[in-house]
Amino acid sequence: MAAAERTERLLNLVIALLSTRRRLRKDQIRQAVPQYAAAATDEAFDRMFERDKEELRDLGVPLVTGSDEAWFEDEVGYRVDRDAWELPAVDVTPAELAVLGLASRVWQQASLAGPASRALVKLRALGVEPDESSLVGVEPRVRTTEPAFGPLYAATRDRAPVAFRYRTGATGVTARRRVEPWAITSCYGRWYLVGHDLDREAPRVFRLDRVASSVTRTGRPATAPVPEDLDARALVRGRTEQPAERTARVRLAGRAGAGLRLRAGAAPDAGVVDLPFADVDELAAEVAALGADAVVLEPPDLRDAVAAGLRAVLAAHDDAAAVAS
Amino acid sequence: MSPAARSGPGGGRVSGPPAVAPGAGAADRLSRLLAMVPWLLERQGVALDDAARHFAITTDQLVDDLELLFVCGAPGHMPDDLIEAEWESGRVYLGNADAISRPLRLGQDEALALLVGLRTLADLERPGGGQDAVVQSALAKLSAAAGDAAAAATSVQVDITAGADPGVLAVVRGALARGRRLHLRYLVATRDEVTERDVDPLDLATLDGRWYLQAWCHRSQGLRRFRLDRVLAADELETPAQPPADVADARFGDELFAPDERGPLVVLDLAPAARWVAESVPVEDVAELDAGGDGEPVLRVRLRVVDDAWLRRLVLRLGGAARVVSPPALAAEVAAAARAALAAAGEAPAAAREAPAGPARVDP
Repeated sequence: MAAAERTERLLNLVIALLSTRRRLRKDQIRQAVPQYAAAATDEAFDRMFERDKEELRDLGVPLVTGSDEAWFEDEVGYRVDRDAWELPAVDVTPAELAVLGLASRVWQQASLAGPASRALVKLRALGVEPDESSLVGVEPRVRTTEPAFGPLYAATRDRAPVAFRYRTGATGVTARRRVEPWAITSCYGRWYLVGHDLDREAPRVFRLDRVASSVTRTGRPATAPVPEDLDARALVRGRTEQPAERTARVRLAGRAGAGLRLRAGAAPDAGVVDLPFADVDELAAEVAALGADAVVLEPPDLRDAVAAGLRAVLAAHDDAAAVAS
Repeated sequence: MSPAARSGPGGGRVSGPPAVAPGAGAADRLSRLLAMVPWLLERQGVALDDAARHFAITTDQLVDDLELLFVCGAPGHMPDDLIEAEWESGRVYLGNADAISRPLRLGQDEALALLVGLRTLADLERPGGGQDAVVQSALAKLSAAAGDAAAAATSVQVDITAGADPGVLAVVRGALARGRRLHLRYLVATRDEVTERDVDPLDLATLDGRWYLQAWCHRSQGLRRFRLDRVLAADELETPAQPPADVADARFGDELFAPDERGPLVVLDLAPAARWVAESVPVEDVAELDAGGDGEPVLRVRLRVVDDAWLRRLVLRLGGAARVVSPPALAAEVAAAARAALAAAGEAPAAAREAPAGPARVDP
């Protein structure tokens, strides 16, 4: 029952830090919480305490650090600020509580599921029973499958500058990028980071699924404010909904390529279709999926992108290709 | 039938276990205890069952929580220092818990998760819609209650309005509200064909900004999911929707999309650029392979595939980010398809090694 023991330890720690007027030094805390007394070494205790402190902060516990006495400057002590502890009185109505439940379920399959459900429990403890009769139909859900979401979300929240390797869509080249995060936005099934690119000295939008390394924080939280007129959503949409300014000419076999034909407004059996497009990569993937049934006639960069993709497929299946040929 | 076809023509997997089980972990439990104590202190003698129901836990879990409270308390931990808890009679009495008698404020992530969720709901509603006023008032109250913790919430956004044609969405919502049948013109992307069908709409959901309709399909006589961005036209019919009784209550979140057990097992290795595949089709299992050195991490997934053509198209589209590990025959089929496509385009199967890169290249 390690988890139960840990909960006991955390609860005793909270009560000890709430019950004291003066800040408690670490050695006093170690004595006050029975589960700490059991720590075998100083290092083991330090590790436990550091982790517990972070956990309490995540839950909203207002932890105060520092020294009360000027002549013990080096002695850091801890207590909980009782004035900042309490959830302000909120007169949530039953219908509002139901809507808040819906809001928390947006994250049900995402990395903020824990905080979202904890928040709801705190609000339910105010004593109101939710009235779900006014809820209408749709329950939005969002997921956070990109490994970079956790660190980039936290960096955006803390306004901490970060660095990571990033794969550019058009070229496939991976390069190190340094960014001061402004916002993190989910649009059309993907998460995007909007921020100030520290090397290019300009705002940039990054797709989280193209972050090709772990994310490291490179410095203290930024002091420059997020631009007031920043419309992260518009920037991201601008990126995803690039106007289809170019046209591709694609030869289709038989009735293949139903999706492409629709977009081109072509007949179900047209042999060659003209397709407006914006993103070379995305159209190249669609064409490659059709195999020998679709051949790009122009432009050349799209042709090359399709061929490069197919060669990569072939290379990935090298052994199999040897068997087949 | 491919896994994608089984999870609806859209191929999107909407259900699945939450990424983090609610209530898991010591921190979540502590948070519940800190919420529960003030609530119980104000309701001395409340029935065990009622308290458990209010916090959406079982009575056994509540008793576990009370047993835990019972051994915690102020430093010293002499009997007088400990929290008093009594529940033998089936009614809960709590005492000596003054230190934690007030409810704890929201943490930053907690406030942010709810505020972002509420803004997402606000987007969903037409201004003045039935739920709109409640969402707005909840937003105002939560922002006030969250204090400083609310500041970061504007930096996280979920844009769900981009994923559907407003006209199609309005027709589908109207038919759902009035309980009418729909006629759809629908692109089945996984089979590369446009279809016409009548469906009885059951549920509408948005996941990751994509909209899905769950409906009884009269053409295939089965429960199907449709991605709204692939609905080319939707018309509400005069006919009332009459789905079979056993599916009438089907909703997103029900586990309807277990992997197809009839298909042969296919093993795929996914590079980071193709990881989304593991999330969007039902897979049997997923394993993280040790990349070693500075190689990219690789995700190995096993899935059942009935339609080889579906898998071949998927792998071709992924440009080498997905590799068929087994069966070997399928890997060979993928390689042959790539080879044939290159030949059809007049391209060499491998990039010429000596040829200088750049604009000097001449297209055949």
